[in-house]
Amino acid sequence: MSSIMRESHIMKIHYLTALVAVGFVIIHIMVRVTQGFSNSLEFESVIANYKSIPYAVVLEAMLILISVHGFNGLRIILLEIKQGRVYENAVTYGCLAAMIILIAYGSRTIIMASMGMV
Amino acid sequence: MTKGGALPKGFESPSDLGSQEKYEEVKPSSKTMTLRISKFNPDKDHAPTFLEFPVSYEKWTTVLDAILEAKNYHDHSIGVRYSCRQAMCGSCGMNINGKPRLACFTKISELDSDVVTVEPMNNFPLIRDLVVGFERMFSTHKRIKPYIIREDSEISSGTKEFLQTPEDVEKYIQFSSCIKCGLCNSACPTMAADSTFIGPQGLAQAYRYIADNRDQGKDERLKIIDERHGIWGCHFAGSCSQVCPKGVDPAMGIQLLRGYLLGYRK
Amino acid sequence: MEKDRKEGIRGMANPGRYGIERVAYWLMRITGLGLLFYFIGHIYETSSLLDGKAAWNSMLELTQTTEGHIFLTLVIGMCVFHTGNGIRLMIAQSGFGFGKPRRPDYPYTPSSLNMKNKLCIYVSIGLAALAMMYGLGVMYDV
Ligand code: HEM
Ligand code: HEM
Ligand code: SF4
Ligand code: FES
Repeated sequence: MSSIMRESHIMKIHYLTALVAVGFVIIHIMVRVTQGFSNSLEFESVIANYKSIPYAVVLEAMLILISVHGFNGLRIILLEIKQGRVYENAVTYGCLAAMIILIAYGSRTIIMASMGMV
Repeated sequence: MTKGGALPKGFESPSDLGSQEKYEEVKPSSKTMTLRISKFNPDKDHAPTFLEFPVSYEKWTTVLDAILEAKNYHDHSIGVRYSCRQAMCGSCGMNINGKPRLACFTKISELDSDVVTVEPMNNFPLIRDLVVGFERMFSTHKRIKPYIIREDSEISSGTKEFLQTPEDVEKYIQFSSCIKCGLCNSACPTMAADSTFIGPQGLAQAYRYIADNRDQGKDERLKIIDERHGIWGCHFAGSCSQVCPKGVDPAMGIQLLRGYLLGYRK
Repeated sequence: MEKDRKEGIRGMANPGRYGIERVAYWLMRITGLGLLFYFIGHIYETSSLLDGKAAWNSMLELTQTTEGHIFLTLVIGMCVFHTGNGIRLMIAQSGFGFGKPRRPDYPYTPSSLNMKNKLCIYVSIGLAALAMMYGLGVMYDV
């Protein structure tokens, strides 16, 4: 990652993902508030949420943005705690892998639920 | 120090003060505190021990004065580094009651404590007692090219000197006050666990030269600091600026420097 | 004490000694990690939908306990503080809000530790507290 990207590019991504995520998280929370918290968590209404394609896109965007932001944040902290070539590579690629796995796992839910495969 | 008492012959105060100025008499307000000095020689000792000395002090006595009194009259072996005694040389940084400060710039009276504990600064390699090594900080400082970079020089023909307006000077003068005392690096939370981090001292100096309109080394320096353990290791905890004894405000310099890398400044 | 006087993680994770900005730094890290932890759990939680209504409901029950409520309240607080302070940091760390550098004069008050930043930190903490109270209100039906 670091060989192809300057650290400033990564930081721009870190900021940008956070900034865009703010808007989406607000939408996500407002959905709860407008539907009433406990109603919004009913199985049927949650499935209905996923079936709305625009909202499913919001969920997917949120999933990607926050995974990138969160795991890059974790990487930043871990790289400051300990140094060394092997360790730093393990942290960098470990975080990248975890990020991809989480996105894949979350996308599975979003795709299957929005296509009605529940 | 003679405190009152009879003066030797010939030194008595003249009975007739005449036209001589009268100085307000300074009342000795001596108080006593306990100075605890960390003693540790990594080559010989297994663990640090603390030596304790009762030291009397006045309103103006600095921690360095107290340490030197202990060194001169009680234990010559105390390792302490100092030179200017006036916050100019950057030699006497140490942990005083848990925070990095200059011993010569810290008055005992302002610490407001009956016990003053002095230890070597954190986040530096220890040499002995209160003395830490600055090699790493100095070599990092060198790495950011702390000098004016440009093709021509002031002595080449046609240019006599590079003129700067007072406004030009104002842009960097604050950061050029740095005395390389290392207090900022010692307070920095990133530096605490990452010695490969450039640190507030070096980063503030990178800004000092980039902001100097005589300098043309901006791109070179930005490349050096835009590294994994470079400028992004700063999370603006501000502790460096909290402890800097010269008003350099390294945290401000670092954030202004980030502006260049994020594209907000040219 | 070793030869190198590195404070280590304990120095990094100690929010004391250096004022509110250092506390904000500490909170930012803790809340970032806390949110990441919650986020992973949240993705796992929603994936139970695919196993049908019963699985979803039993997953929801995990947060219907007192511990669950405390945890969710903390998540709300972390989310609000991290967002508020994050916006402050993005502005400040891009070099805005410090004024111009100037000739330092004793007693050297650093302009990076200015009131604007301190105020933003306190407001972020305050908003987080309010949001947590609101969250508790919703969860306990007040
Ligand atoms: C949506 C609003 C958010 C904003 C505005 C935001 C903003 C930021 C900013 C500016 C930083 C950099 C802090 C620094 O330089 O020290 C950061 C760090 C971080 N964020 Fe976020 N963030 C948000 C949401 C999240 C979420 C939901 C997570 C968890 C998945 C998260 C996890 C992290 C982590 C782990 C760090 C690293 C902590 C650090 O370096 O101090 N953030 N965030
Ligand atoms: C008030 C607290 C929250 C509640 C009650 C909640 C509830 C839910 C529910 C019911 C879903 C399923 C889709 C839907 O109906 O919207 C969902 C999905 C999601 N939520 Fe939240 N959420 C909360 C906070 C958050 C926060 C703070 C984040 C971001 C850090 C977040 C990120 C996501 C993501 C990315 C998904 C999609 C996951 C997937 O399907 O793989 N949520 N949430
Ligand atoms: S920036 Fe301040 S604290 Fe840091 S080395 Fe220079 S004078 Fe010392
Ligand atoms: S002795 Fe020179 S700075 Fe203290």
